[in-house]
Amino acid sequence: MEPLLTVEGLTKRYGRRLACDGIGFTLDPGEVLAVVGESGSGKSTLLSLVAGEVAADAGSVAYRLRDGATRDLDTLSVVERRALMRTDWGFVRQDATQGLRMAVSAGGNVGERLMGVGDRHYGRIRATALDWLARVEIAPDRIDDPPTRFSGGMRQRLQIARNLVTAPRLVLMDEPTSGLDVSVQARLLDMIRGLVAELGLAVIIVTHDLAVARLLSHRVLVMRAGRVIETGLTDQVLDDPQAAYTQLLVSSVLAA
Amino acid sequence: MNAPDLASATVSAGTGYNFAYLDEGTKRMIRRAILKAIAIPGYQVPFAAREMPMPYGWGTGGVQVTAAILGAADVLKVIDQGADDTTNAVSIRRFFTATAGIATTTRTAEATVIQTRHRIPEAPLAEGQVLVYQVPIPEPLRFLEPRETETRQLHALAEYGLMHVKLYEDIARHGHIATTYAYPVEVAGRYVMDPSPTPKFDNPKMDDCPALQLFGAGREKRIYAIPPHTRVRSLDFEDHPFRVQSFDRPCALCGAEDVYLDEVVLDDAGGRMFVCSDTDHCETRRADGHTGEAA
Amino acid sequence: MTPGPSPLPLPPLLAFEDVAKSFTLHLRGGAVLPVIAGATLAVHPGECVVLGGASGAGKSSLLKMAYGHYRCAAGAIRVRDGARLVDLATAAPREILALRRTTLAYVSQFLRVIPRVGARAVVEAAGIEGGLAPAAARTRAADLLARLDLPERLWALPPATFSGGEQQRVNIARGLIADRPILLMDEPTASLDARNRAVVVDLIAEKRAAGTAILGIFHDADVREAVATRIVDVSAFRGALAA
Repeated sequence: MEPLLTVEGLTKRYGRRLACDGIGFTLDPGEVLAVVGESGSGKSTLLSLVAGEVAADAGSVAYRLRDGATRDLDTLSVVERRALMRTDWGFVRQDATQGLRMAVSAGGNVGERLMGVGDRHYGRIRATALDWLARVEIAPDRIDDPPTRFSGGMRQRLQIARNLVTAPRLVLMDEPTSGLDVSVQARLLDMIRGLVAELGLAVIIVTHDLAVARLLSHRVLVMRAGRVIETGLTDQVLDDPQAAYTQLLVSSVLAA
Repeated sequence: MNAPDLASATVSAGTGYNFAYLDEGTKRMIRRAILKAIAIPGYQVPFAAREMPMPYGWGTGGVQVTAAILGAADVLKVIDQGADDTTNAVSIRRFFTATAGIATTTRTAEATVIQTRHRIPEAPLAEGQVLVYQVPIPEPLRFLEPRETETRQLHALAEYGLMHVKLYEDIARHGHIATTYAYPVEVAGRYVMDPSPTPKFDNPKMDDCPALQLFGAGREKRIYAIPPHTRVRSLDFEDHPFRVQSFDRPCALCGAEDVYLDEVVLDDAGGRMFVCSDTDHCETRRADGHTGEAA
Repeated sequence: MTPGPSPLPLPPLLAFEDVAKSFTLHLRGGAVLPVIAGATLAVHPGECVVLGGASGAGKSSLLKMAYGHYRCAAGAIRVRDGARLVDLATAAPREILALRRTTLAYVSQFLRVIPRVGARAVVEAAGIEGGLAPAAARTRAADLLARLDLPERLWALPPATFSGGEQQRVNIARGLIADRPILLMDEPTASLDARNRAVVVDLIAEKRAAGTAILGIFHDADVREAVATRIVDVSAFRGALAA
């Protein structure tokens, strides 16, 4: 089977600093890849490069479209690319205010992608929004509240609903649980785990939290100073780390 | 719009100003923007708006468009909220009388150029007429997307889902589309446009209108246009179709129905009446013998 | 020890060939900690091979390598997957994940708790992942939990709230629900009482009868005696280290 996503040689420099140095990996449908590392390791830059939000200095990102054809994202027109991003891809951001429209109701936030792809039936959009709010455990009576009135955990769940409403096949997540209380984190992680399995989503999740990587991911990519230090099965890398840096990383945290 | 007579010099007698205040170079620049706007219906064309001898909010965008298209033989009508006699309308009319020496009128049918703030006349417009709108905020997407770089991209790619998010929010909050003015329209099947703060009651008049419609935003430095006989569709949902406001009574003065009414407070005891917002329309009807309950 | 059929007519499902494992401790100046060398052993269908030897002899490491959980320093670990053999020592992560779905079952010493998912659902999900139809998984999960004497009132509750013994029974049910050809067990009975140990012994016998190849570590002498068709002393693989 051809991979869903093929990343090759992604490189990005900021001045003299190498934020990403020749990163490559593939992702299959339904596969969850965790990118772990400390702040400044380049893991968030990698996500921005994959999403095409930051232009790479070198390297390529190829994606297998719904019609089966694999295309280098650089060869897509802006229109094709944006359509892809708001239908077949999702991006859950660490800062919910970057991923949501804070002045728009929860229902409007979930419905935006539907309206973006041309749905013009209010009743249907609202019913779909209600369904998704239920799936992310947001009470139906909150549908008309703006996310400014939501807790941090609810905002992240709303982001997830907003992204998943068009049934994307690939979701990028940038530290989706950081900054949340531990109990709120657990609930969110469990929800993500369930949805990923149920919907067969391919996910790239960037996290500094090895416990998050262990709970959600099949494979892990350890980054440091813009380079991939070690990669492999998540439980193998976390329990039998080979690289000196990975050993340090694993030993530096509470039991994961 | 009559072609300005360039040969007979362009300095208006008595004032020392150039004909219609703006210099010829500026007018040509604005006309180029207007031509581009007509060529791309609904698209906001940037232009180098000038400082005008009146404050922003008084229609500096509309005034510049009007100045650029006026010819010596034009007959100008200016309305504000439908009325010819408000301070704003009177001032603009005097401005052009003084700087261009052109004739003015309050009669819609007699005007060749009509500058308007917040209304479209009730009387049907005709071919050869130009309606110039004063526009405060030309960007319909601004409400949800404050980044100009992003709204331009959305227009370029015709990604107008956001516009429906705004209408969705209306229905979610009010049970119906509560936007009653500046109601977004799609022009010629392509660009979504803010029709300026006219009541949505007037939106249907923009569709297939025989007159040329020009929009000028002075502060925001944008001009856009609807050429004659262009399809103008108000955005809506399948299950919440576009509807204009309806009034449950006729005009108290002229008895007109199916017109846009203003509420007029008569006294401190809560007395009020509803009359045509379009004063010329009302007066014309009354001169023709129509009467309302208060007349 | 139960006498097994001998000689075994079927090829092994799992075979270690000259396997070595060592840990390089970079945080301790790169010290190399050798654990096992020259480990060679095969597990055939219907066999239950029990790893013996002192604590620290490398039993658990062997088992973890057989699940792809630890990497091999040298040698091959061949797993029969239908008609082909896969070497876990060199297999790509995706191949190992695929084997875990279809071929390898693993019962660890402790249940790694998944928050907010009920006990029965945990077991059921493992069954579905292992290829059972949802209805069959549901029935079999209930059967297993009942046999392991987990009170039915607990089935809907997340195991995080359970005692160690209760959690372990969920863990065993989870490991045994699907019919995978190879079953790896790392002290599954450590926290169980005699009665539940007996249930596990029965379950293992059933798996053997069905042709499952079992490799396990059992500390309780009675369980070990009851389930093992063969005991392999892992200390033998440490001898090679000295050499």
